Amino acid sequence: MTDQHDNPIRQAITDAIAENEVILFMKGSPEAPACGFSARTVGILQSLDTRFAAVDILPDPRIRQELSELSQWPTIPQLFVGGELVGGCDIVTEMFETGELAELLGAEQRTDVSDPAVADGATLQIENRLS
Amino acid sequence: MPDAASIKARIEAAIPGAKADVDDWTGGGDHFRATVVAEAFTGLSRIQQHRLVYEIFGQEIGGPIHALSLTTISP
Repeated sequence: MTDQHDNPIRQAITDAIAENEVILFMKGSPEAPACGFSARTVGILQSLDTRFAAVDILPDPRIRQELSELSQWPTIPQLFVGGELVGGCDIVTEMFETGELAELLGAEQRTDVSDPAVADGATLQIENRLS
Repeated sequence: MPDAASIKARIEAAIPGAKADVDDWTGGGDHFRATVVAEAFTGLSRIQQHRLVYEIFGQEIGGPIHALSLTTISP
């Protein structure tokens, strides 16, 4: 593999993406995001009760450099699901609003789906808890 | 220092037929927000659509352009 030649940071990033079904590369930590875009993305994942791994890219500038080369994506945050780049804050927000993100993550909607009236109604509204 | 008008012009020049609306999100000349409508996006995933726009600016994203928030639409 091209990304294995003597590049421990690249290898660590590749391994982390492979080993974690949902992983967010961000500025800061979920508890203390260091950028509004990272904070917003964390908020969306948390509102869907998604378990995710988080990597802070700030401690070493090489993390961001290697990550962006690997993903061909220039900005932070970057969300990966099942080894694939889903997108940054804009795409994650858009997918959250359309319900695609919940679907991708297999997230539980906070709605009682055993209620026939709800089960019959094809669209489940996702409350935007970020506003 | 980038400005909204030049970012709009560069997007429209780089993607044939594209129509871009760009504003300076914070007024600070480094956080921009763009909505881009282009035939070129048809059939592409969101990731691919955003990459088409990001590629225009290369290393400037994360540099002088701290953030370029995108909404891409295929007409």
